[in-house]
Amino acid sequence: MSFIIKGRVWKYGDNINTDIISPGQYMSLPVEKQAVHAMEAIDPTFAEKVQPGDILVAGNNFGSGSSRETAQMVLKHHQIGAIVANSFARIFYRNSINVGLPVVEMLDTTVIEEGDDLEINLLEGKIINHTKGAEYKGTKLPEHLIEMVKLGGLEPYLAKKLGIS
Amino acid sequence: MGMTMSEKILAKASGQKSVKAGDIVWVKVDIAMMHDLLGPWLVDGGFRRLGGKLFDKEKVVVVSDHCTPPATVQQADILKFTRDWARAQELPYYYEFQGPCHQVIVEHGHVRPGRLILGTDSHTCMAGGLGAFATGIGSTEMIGVLLTGETWLKVPETIKVVWDGKLPHGVYAKDIVLKTIKDIGHAGATYQTIEFSGTAIEDLSMDERLVLSNMAVEAGAKTGLIEPDQKVVEFIRSKGVTEEIDMISSDKDAVYTRVLHYYASELEPQVACPHEVDNVHPVSAVEGKAVDQVYLGSCTNGRISDLRIAAKILKGKKISKNIRCLVVPASQHIWMQANKEGILDILTDAGCIVNMPSCGACGGFTSGVIGAGEVVMSSSNRNFRGRMGSPKGEVYLGSPAAVAATAIEGKITDPRKYLPKEVMV
Repeated sequence: MSFIIKGRVWKYGDNINTDIISPGQYMSLPVEKQAVHAMEAIDPTFAEKVQPGDILVAGNNFGSGSSRETAQMVLKHHQIGAIVANSFARIFYRNSINVGLPVVEMLDTTVIEEGDDLEINLLEGKIINHTKGAEYKGTKLPEHLIEMVKLGGLEPYLAKKLGIS
Repeated sequence: MGMTMSEKILAKASGQKSVKAGDIVWVKVDIAMMHDLLGPWLVDGGFRRLGGKLFDKEKVVVVSDHCTPPATVQQADILKFTRDWARAQELPYYYEFQGPCHQVIVEHGHVRPGRLILGTDSHTCMAGGLGAFATGIGSTEMIGVLLTGETWLKVPETIKVVWDGKLPHGVYAKDIVLKTIKDIGHAGATYQTIEFSGTAIEDLSMDERLVLSNMAVEAGAKTGLIEPDQKVVEFIRSKGVTEEIDMISSDKDAVYTRVLHYYASELEPQVACPHEVDNVHPVSAVEGKAVDQVYLGSCTNGRISDLRIAAKILKGKKISKNIRCLVVPASQHIWMQANKEGILDILTDAGCIVNMPSCGACGGFTSGVIGAGEVVMSSSNRNFRGRMGSPKGEVYLGSPAAVAATAIEGKITDPRKYLPKEVMV
């Protein structure tokens, strides 16, 4: 996984919960079928418009609610590059790191608008807004997780730890 | 400096004398719990790629509850996968069609004070009602836990919530927790433990304490803890547990980030309005809102004391012709108890439909999901947009008493109206 992510912004508000990202009624379907319904409760066009590498920018408490990793699975299926939010819900944040979906917190995401071109440096916690010519401070990856993210998530990390190639 | 319950349990789990909030520690897990929807069918690939050997099958509990009974072929396939996986792993603890996982692991003695429990469901925190540190994790993380029995956790800070005094008639644990979540906010306890204490909490039955810990995650909390007491000991002994019980408690000089103090006697029935659990108002503010469905059940409020309250309210009455009322006991054990007590007769005579114990419509999975424009009054734990079916539906949350009273009138109703003092419980 790269530590530099570049992409176009789709902008959302506060409390984007896991029932919105991955509605319960579709969770038993294969991920490609679930992904069609991702975010549809608040943005019915999401699955059609989103492009690989796009960045989701939201307000407070992104990913609140369920443990369901189907939320990460559908966003990864759409090849979302990263999520930037004022804050994340605990389980969502943890799951994202475990599956190698970059998540970055920054103090005030209202300065970013839909359609902006962002470049994120995960190691430095730096966010450059090329559209606005601005630079923001985001959170860096926690030290103890950098190796895991470098390897691509928890599974490759465990493989290394357990000596499985 | 004193330690909180969270710090003590995580110190023990990490083999250290003491830890403090903010530390990141490697911990050994006492129980790894998975359910059908986020369990074996999602973890199996990674688990096998990494060797496929469980760290300790006695510490792995699998509960099929989300896809039961299956409503689609896909759900049936998931259920079969889960059952086959549990058999292939020779798991001593596999439960199917017994009810939501959180209730099942409590009823079968897997939850004990001082234990560290991780589960693939956000409401795993319910086990905190018995003094276990319990929290939700994702499926990928569970792969690591299954293989090694370990993971890393950040030791959480703790918010202490004190409820003193006596609850008034017609006001319940659900009202306590809704009011608490309103004040802390949807994300106010993120990365923290909520510790419930005070005389009103001590007075609560085991059934009601579990309501508080179940919903701690709705304020973003990592877990919701209640100090174990004699009621907890008796409850655990009744499940056949004979080993010594770790009566863990926070030290008097433990450090809290916040302390919130309430007086139970001032509390009124509360209702969480669409589409956030912290959008809470006194029932008087939403009285009269017409509903299409009433849902009495879930791991939050489908226990025997909840069904008893509903039966007191609905005895000899009929539910509104304009609605349907679904009752979902939180376990097969509770179903049988309710049957024995005549509660199911009372509820069905009133016009309720009793569904089998499962996660059911609470998470939008089976049996009772709602369509566009439909409104539900539910005793469950979450009212997010689209949670129970259509994103154009609305879910209100209240106590089982408020739910039962609403069933009679077909509109949101103050339960105190149907609870004359002599029959108050």
